[in-house]
Amino acid sequence: MNRKRRLTDSLVNIWMRGGLYIILAIPVFIGIGLYWKAAPLLNEHSLTDLIFSSKWFPMKGEFGFLPFIFSSVYVTLLAFILSAPLCLFAAIYLTQFSKRRLLNFMLPVIDILAGIPSVVYGVWGILVIVPLVSGSIAPFFGATSSGYSLLAGGIVLAVMCIPYMLNMLIEVFHTIPVGMKEASLSLGATHWEMVKHVIIRKGFPGIISAFGLGIAKAFGETIAVLMVVGNTLNITLSPFKAGYPLPALIANNYGEMMSIPDYDSALMFAALLLFVVILIINLFFRYFIHKTEKI
Amino acid sequence: MKQMAFTYQSGLSSESVTLQNKIEMAEEIKDTSVISIKNLNVKTKDGDILKNINLQIPKNKIIVLLGPSGCGKTTLLKSLNRLTDLHKELKVSGQIIIDGQDIMKAGQNLSAMRQRMGLLSQRPFPLPASIYKNVAYGLKLKGIRSKKLIAHSVETNLKRVGLWNEVKDRLKSPATSLSIGQQQRLCLARGLAVKPTIILADEPTSALDPISTKIIENLFKDLKQHYTIILVTHVLRQALRLADHVVFMYYGEIIEQGHPDDILKNPKTAILKKYLVDGN
Repeated sequence: MNRKRRLTDSLVNIWMRGGLYIILAIPVFIGIGLYWKAAPLLNEHSLTDLIFSSKWFPMKGEFGFLPFIFSSVYVTLLAFILSAPLCLFAAIYLTQFSKRRLLNFMLPVIDILAGIPSVVYGVWGILVIVPLVSGSIAPFFGATSSGYSLLAGGIVLAVMCIPYMLNMLIEVFHTIPVGMKEASLSLGATHWEMVKHVIIRKGFPGIISAFGLGIAKAFGETIAVLMVVGNTLNITLSPFKAGYPLPALIANNYGEMMSIPDYDSALMFAALLLFVVILIINLFFRYFIHKTEKI
Repeated sequence: MKQMAFTYQSGLSSESVTLQNKIEMAEEIKDTSVISIKNLNVKTKDGDILKNINLQIPKNKIIVLLGPSGCGKTTLLKSLNRLTDLHKELKVSGQIIIDGQDIMKAGQNLSAMRQRMGLLSQRPFPLPASIYKNVAYGLKLKGIRSKKLIAHSVETNLKRVGLWNEVKDRLKSPATSLSIGQQQRLCLARGLAVKPTIILADEPTSALDPISTKIIENLFKDLKQHYTIILVTHVLRQALRLADHVVFMYYGEIIEQGHPDDILKNPKTAILKKYLVDGN
């Protein structure tokens, strides 16, 4: 009996460790695979040229990724600026001010938002956001736009990020002990002062984590953005102009024009860039969380 | 409800107190009482937590709320500074008169009212900030901006709780870096800094080792010269050591109250007798 229990123990241990190693190996293998496929392009061009050049002429063998990187960063930042404050204050309201009933109503709504396929968000973007940008928002700012723009991409992305960020922020604020809130209130804090000094401060690592998740999600989102962003090479600060983010480049072109030398490698390099940027974003936020958790 | 007349007088047994004496003492306490609770009820949709509580709490004494878990001691304590407002499922009715003001009335300045009552929880909850900022927090909320005044108050109150020598070289360290016992004393210093008149202590030593417990108990004995302390505890010996007045609660009601010698050594009700036998 003891031998059987020990054997079961060992097997479960091996299973758990094995699972962990497989999970750890996945990103390593993805990174190696992408690098391997992108290597031909990296052998012919310097990394600086690939990242900082804006010349994209695959037929001539020129692969400047700057417009794609710029569009990706622009759309992601826009989505973050639009969604982060909204999620933060909604989560604070739901967990600290509203009645439990409202939170119970909102949780399934958030889950539904998270479960909607991105293509549906894309269609919604084409039907609602694109006309809104071309017909109302751009004219309001004295600009003209087809509507297929960085702003449309940012808005659609922001809506897509909301359920993920909001859900995580609600979880974060729920973990803060009631005793800590009571301590703050009993020292004479108003409800808002308690939120400011205790909830936000104590939840800060979690807030950063939620924002990091949102940014990583926004940076890698493909289909919905591709449908509304215009897919035109541009480096412009105007949100009403079209852009062309990295995921859209890959999704639009993979499997096409493969006869062009190095085109396949270029798309793999775009994927590698995405992978590395998301890795850096995550590492940065991890570091930030580690620093702020010590408070 | 078996609400008893309040019979506090040091060293006096219940037998020797005549009805007239009782009335006189009750009147006296009414005059010196800092808190007067009248017909306090706290309910949820599932039932009553506190049932028709009537209690006079005298000034500069340690009042111990005693009773089994779930009898409503903590709810009663939290009703006193209206922390029950945080729990929207609770319906609170009745009067709590503190220094002549009914704090249950709408439009009360809750911040000012709560600053008059320091709160010490079962386990310490230091704010997510440094040791210094924890003590300074309440002062800043009070509108005190002078760095000199704040620094002086931080030092004075950390000294009062016997923590100054242990932390004076690391005031900027996170409060969570302190041991649990030190954190509890820090929370007490933080509460004292805002100059309350009442200290609400909800089993403040339940998470502490015997040495830290003794430090807190001694502090309470010193502090009662200037503060009214309302202490929730399960520990009968602690009640005996500290209490000037014991209130025994059971299922949301006050069953008996009086001097600890009367209550803990000569209980009148079967419930309290059983509680004391089981507790010992």
